[in-house]
Amino acid sequence: MESYMMSVDNVTMKFGSLVANSNVSFNVKEGEIVSLIGPNGAGKTTLFNCVTGFYKPSSGKVIFNGADITGVRPDKIAKLGLTRTFQIVKPLKSMTVKENIMTGAFIRTNKFSEAEKIAEEVMERINLIEKRDYLSSSLTIADKKRLEIARILATQPKMIMLDEAMAGLNQTEIKEVMKLIVTLNKQGMTFVIVEHIMEAIMPISDRVVVLNAGVKILEDIPQNVVNNDEVIKAYLGEKYHAKNQKS
Amino acid sequence: MEKSITNNKKMIGVVLLIILALPIIVQDNNFRHIMILFVLYAALGEAWNIITGYAGQTSFGHAAFFGIGAYTSTVLLWKFDIIPWIGMLIGGIIAVVVAIIVSYPAFKLTGHYFAIATLAIGEIMLQLFVSWEYVEGATGIMLPIKENGYKYMQFHPMNKLSYYYIVFGLFVITVITAYIVGNSKMGFYLKAIKENPDAAQSIGINVTRYKLYAMMVSAFLTAIVGSFYAQYVTYIDPFMVFPLALSMQIVLITVIGGLGNIYGPILGAAILIPLSQYTRIIFGGTGKGLDLIIFGALVVIVTIFQPNGLVGLFENLFKKIKKKEAINDGKLHDVS
Amino acid sequence: MIIQIIISGIIMGLIYGLVATGLTLTWGVLDIINFTHGEYLMISMYVSFWLYSLMNIDPLLSLPIVIIVMFIIGYLTYSIVVKNVINAPALSALLATFGLSLVFRNMAQFLWTPNARFITNSVLSGKKISIGSIIIGYPQLAAAIGSLVVIYAIYYFIEKTKVGKSIQATALDKNTAKLMGINTERVFGLTFAISGAAAGIAGGLLSTFYPVYPESGILYALIGFVIVALGGFGNIKGALYGGLIIGLSEAIGGYYLGTQFKYAIIFLIYLIVIQIKPKGLFGW
Repeated sequence: MESYMMSVDNVTMKFGSLVANSNVSFNVKEGEIVSLIGPNGAGKTTLFNCVTGFYKPSSGKVIFNGADITGVRPDKIAKLGLTRTFQIVKPLKSMTVKENIMTGAFIRTNKFSEAEKIAEEVMERINLIEKRDYLSSSLTIADKKRLEIARILATQPKMIMLDEAMAGLNQTEIKEVMKLIVTLNKQGMTFVIVEHIMEAIMPISDRVVVLNAGVKILEDIPQNVVNNDEVIKAYLGEKYHAKNQKS
Repeated sequence: MEKSITNNKKMIGVVLLIILALPIIVQDNNFRHIMILFVLYAALGEAWNIITGYAGQTSFGHAAFFGIGAYTSTVLLWKFDIIPWIGMLIGGIIAVVVAIIVSYPAFKLTGHYFAIATLAIGEIMLQLFVSWEYVEGATGIMLPIKENGYKYMQFHPMNKLSYYYIVFGLFVITVITAYIVGNSKMGFYLKAIKENPDAAQSIGINVTRYKLYAMMVSAFLTAIVGSFYAQYVTYIDPFMVFPLALSMQIVLITVIGGLGNIYGPILGAAILIPLSQYTRIIFGGTGKGLDLIIFGALVVIVTIFQPNGLVGLFENLFKKIKKKEAINDGKLHDVS
Repeated sequence: MIIQIIISGIIMGLIYGLVATGLTLTWGVLDIINFTHGEYLMISMYVSFWLYSLMNIDPLLSLPIVIIVMFIIGYLTYSIVVKNVINAPALSALLATFGLSLVFRNMAQFLWTPNARFITNSVLSGKKISIGSIIIGYPQLAAAIGSLVVIYAIYYFIEKTKVGKSIQATALDKNTAKLMGINTERVFGLTFAISGAAAGIAGGLLSTFYPVYPESGILYALIGFVIVALGGFGNIKGALYGGLIIGLSEAIGGYYLGTQFKYAIIFLIYLIVIQIKPKGLFGW
């Protein structure tokens, strides 16, 4: 049996009678980039929340680095080395860029100077160094998203989960985020990415997990996913698929 | 980029020195009384600021901790002849214990629901002390007269300056604590919790634990000031030390001065305390409430025109002076 | 005896409910804790009192005048003070209303002294119904029935009328409401005016059996805060049921544990309920 960095095992999440995730399972190996795609309402963000401790799954298990993290509080999961960003950016508005990142760095140190040092390093890596003293509320959306990644990098994670880190960005900015992900991945970082923008995600992913209506409908390498009937149906609807088949 | 004045240690030192010197220079008992009240409320504001200004959890019940401090040292002195310094410390510890007990359920709540819960806790405390016979209920306790001097915190005949040194010392403790908290891991974590609890959790912050730390620190500081107050006025009853009006006064001073800012409570108290004292002296003699009409109206005006607190006003002034200096030094060209 | 206690609990509960209804409106729609609400109550009691003692108008008959006066005072509170702090940090906005409450309360003291005044000869005074051993005073009964009617009227207005819907929409999302063409400023003003009028009716009804003095409103406002939080902000049903819960627990708890504890019981009930429903009974 292969050893996985993270295994999501039959996770089900219900809100009352609504089933947002139903028996979803997938695994992530160290150093991989795994993408989670699916149409709106497929349950991607819910799954994210279940994995990172923001929701407690109704059933199923999440194992990270050999530890059962099902229903464990998000801050404890972050301490284990699994961190996430949010679909809607959450900068700490009254703080500067540097202070935002320092807040992340404090997870591994109690010393102010140490946190400062980690923040400086991260800002260099992420290209935020010139904006270090800007209030985070004054940043552009692209920089805010970058700041979110910087802040979680400062927690020195083993795995990063990005929730639509590219939404709302223009082409150049998307390329920059892609480049950043690839660079960090080369340095050994493992990623799970939720994304809508296919052309951005396909080239960099090792594997793609497709969700539809809360159920995993496919898991494969990117090339196979884009040509899969099920996936096209899920995204574009039954009718469109049928029309295309005829022509 | 220049550092914000709030992080400037020298500046804080200068401010504290001025505050210390004023009542030594001005030898007027009435003025000294007002200075005592000023630093007392500034200290309470600094303490409250830690839980509400930094951590964003609005407390309308801080009188509870103040009253616990006042009653603990008083009862220990009265019944067991324990010196108020130890009573003060025990009062602080009891306040911390109470803070832990009430915070766990209260921290499940957010926003206004939390604020009203703290208000409820404060009122319950008031009611309990009113009906608690061991501490004389609504009658209150007159402090026994002890030997003169710092040991018993008693100075006969009323030597205001000695009281002032004590309360100033407590005030300095709260300022230093607020400074250390603000410029440490804890301060960063509290600010993150205030801004966005989800983001805070995602970077490993145990939200409940840090809110609790903030509440404990805040409760302890509030209680020791309460102990001093009892020593100073020599008589306490529940309506003096537990009322909602006191909790609101602390809120008022800090918010008018500047929430979450180390100078906020100092500035707020420096303006509101003399104002309320002098309007009372000038207009209040008639017992008709004219002083509070003026006071209330000023509160309305300040909140309308300076909603972020008076500190903003001073920060702008400070920046302008800095800029002028820079221009004079030729470091900067006047852009205007 | 217990029935007598329950009945007086319900009567107080309904009056509390009306006080809380006005409070929950401004709280829910503008997201502001209005510390002036207790003073609305106090002012309306004084209006009733003066109309009675100077012009011999019975408090029940002067209600329309009280409503109009309080409607205007509510509106002015918004347009002079609250409007200017609506975008300020929440605590600043709250303190603006707190400052205003100080002005009102001390103005009353300045003009009319701190002495308590009573309306002793209204048409209801001293009359009561007795059913067996149960005695209900007319003034209390009138206040309870009046409160229930007014709470329902406001509920109907908010739920069923077009203007009410626009108030609801503004409460849910001020910006979207604005985009839909709702004049949110007018909605805010109207909300405050209705809130003032509701407090006015409560005050007018209370004046027939409760002393009138500058601090008459403080305790009611304090209990009102707790009821609003208990019921859920902006929820009129919550205000009514919250009011009844508080009225009953005050009466029953006060009887069994001693009246000195009756307010402590109210606050304790809030703390217990809020543990089970952290957003209030009807909050979400």
